[in-house]
Amino acid sequence: MTFTASSSRRASRRSLLAGLGAAAAGLSFTSLDGCAPKGKAGPNGEELKLNLYNWDTYTGKTTLADFKAATGIQVKMSLFATNDELFAKLKAGNPGFDVIVPSNEYVTRFRIADLLMELDLAKIPNRVNLLPAFQNPPFDPGRHFSMPYTWLVLGIGYRKSKMQGVPDSWKWVMDSDRYRGRIGLFAEADDLIELGAKYLGHSVRNIPLPVIDQVAEMYIRQKPYVKIFHHDEGQDLLLSGEIDIVMEYNGDIAQVMTEDSDLDFVVPREGSIINSDCLCIPKGAPRPDNAHKFINFLLDGKNGAEIYNTIKYPTPNASALALMPASYRENPVIFPPAEVMARCEYADFEGLARSHLYDETVTRIFAA
Amino acid sequence: MDESWKRARAVFATLAGPPVVWLFAFFLIPLAIIWAYSFGENQSLTHIAINGTLSNYIHAIKPLYLGIIFKSFWFAALTTALCLVVGFPVAIAITFASEKTKIWLLLLIMLPFWTNLLIRTYALMAVLRTEGYINYSLAFLWNGLGHLAALTGHPMAAFQPLELLHNNFAVVFGLVYVQLPFMVLPLYAALDRLDRSLLEASLDLGAGHMTTFTRIVVPLATPGIVSGVLVTLIPSIGAYLTPDLLGGPSSQMIANVIERQFKTANDWPFGAALSFLLMYMTFLAIAVQAVVARGRRARQA
Repeated sequence: MTFTASSSRRASRRSLLAGLGAAAAGLSFTSLDGCAPKGKAGPNGEELKLNLYNWDTYTGKTTLADFKAATGIQVKMSLFATNDELFAKLKAGNPGFDVIVPSNEYVTRFRIADLLMELDLAKIPNRVNLLPAFQNPPFDPGRHFSMPYTWLVLGIGYRKSKMQGVPDSWKWVMDSDRYRGRIGLFAEADDLIELGAKYLGHSVRNIPLPVIDQVAEMYIRQKPYVKIFHHDEGQDLLLSGEIDIVMEYNGDIAQVMTEDSDLDFVVPREGSIINSDCLCIPKGAPRPDNAHKFINFLLDGKNGAEIYNTIKYPTPNASALALMPASYRENPVIFPPAEVMARCEYADFEGLARSHLYDETVTRIFAA
Repeated sequence: MDESWKRARAVFATLAGPPVVWLFAFFLIPLAIIWAYSFGENQSLTHIAINGTLSNYIHAIKPLYLGIIFKSFWFAALTTALCLVVGFPVAIAITFASEKTKIWLLLLIMLPFWTNLLIRTYALMAVLRTEGYINYSLAFLWNGLGHLAALTGHPMAAFQPLELLHNNFAVVFGLVYVQLPFMVLPLYAALDRLDRSLLEASLDLGAGHMTTFTRIVVPLATPGIVSGVLVTLIPSIGAYLTPDLLGGPSSQMIANVIERQFKTANDWPFGAALSFLLMYMTFLAIAVQAVVARGRRARQA
């Protein structure tokens, strides 16, 4: 007997408030198209519609309207709060989405589960606009299944007035009592273990088992000095003064830095993890040609600049970058120095057994 | 006679039908599916094969997970004890209040339910955090005292904010805050039924207030105490939101581990086994309690 998890809907963890609305959304949301009458078809024979499943506050103010003006295609956007939610929604069959925006590790998961449609690269000429570093990533060689939308790097957010010098090493959060009681670490198992291995001089991929134990012992030693293991709300904890030094994404810290000039961000010299949210077309997408048009539209320089001006995340798009103001292009938080970025890598999904091992390791760390 | 019985049966079916259907469709069937998962194995990212394996349960009884269950139980027991100590005087006060005041006091107890648990927990965070309302008020008082002390020539040290949030204290505090109404209401229901003349008789016959309380009030309120303890203890063991939001590095409870199995770790069979292990243990504890209580009653009889 085989069960698929069709009826279950998992509430979000990162955004608990979004999780509250999840049950209602799950009930109202069976099929996007349902029995609605077919609308007018465009020149490609597809209806002039597109269903986008995206993160919240993740498009420009006029992006969707601009796309409609250019192509006549009306985009209907639905929102998810975590990759788990996105994956759960699609694993029992595509309810009618044309474009989704998973992070790179979930691009791998979707591919293993055979849920992504191969992209027709001839229909995405704007991919030449991508920065060289994003043309051929290890999680999708040749970019046959995903196009990068944004990227992020993990690092240390901190309150300048409470530090002794710039905390440019993972040591200050993982392996030192200097900032005792003022430290925030990630609660996410993968990030925590992988960054620990990075600090100890290993890659974030294929971490040897003894190193995982070494990482666990290090965190257990460090625990008395740690204030909290947080679920990606490190920027809020930093802003409210609850902690002074925290593992976080550059984009999140960049947002709170506009509210408090005493905050800053650094990518530690040992290197870190890069994440990239990607545009993909799930299998069973009702309007694949419109989806290609939409992806190509987002990769256009001017359209991209409109997006990144709104959301302030780092762009993988050279043409869009060229159109951005200096305050964005030269921001060392959004774009850390190249020599530091050279030591950063993508993490990857390495199978369920690995996920379970990492989870049990953090359970052990939290229980110690 | 026959006619009325048939009509009553129709009425009964009409009344009982919807709740029974509801119970089956939205409680028993989903629960059965999760129970089936607990004997399953992950075949791939999207498929779980239910093959009757016990490996999830064997994994779940590792000392690591039993230790976390024990710790959750300990947090819940502490919460329940504090709720009982705080709730009993409140319930007595409501019982002895005038009819008009009683309604207002009961309303006050119910009032928190009008706000979602999540919102209340966030509000509690704003009160407890380092730069929260409690520390803000204490700093204000401390600085006021400091000015006075400086005038008399004895300057005081700068105010050190209390560490109230993100530790085990905050978790128990939060749980007591959330669970208190569930303790007060059954206690009130039991105490309100209590025959006042028994208290007067006890006091008239020379028992002090304390003796009256321990030998008259508590035994008569026992059903209320037992139901109060159960409805406080069981949800506390499975608390998830409170340790997640108020807890510190060592506040992990079993529900947090289960939650991760259904999300990031993507191990539904193991998560299901942990959930049911918790449920079996709770049932066992209630059954043992019932047997012990019956035994005690039998001895007394």
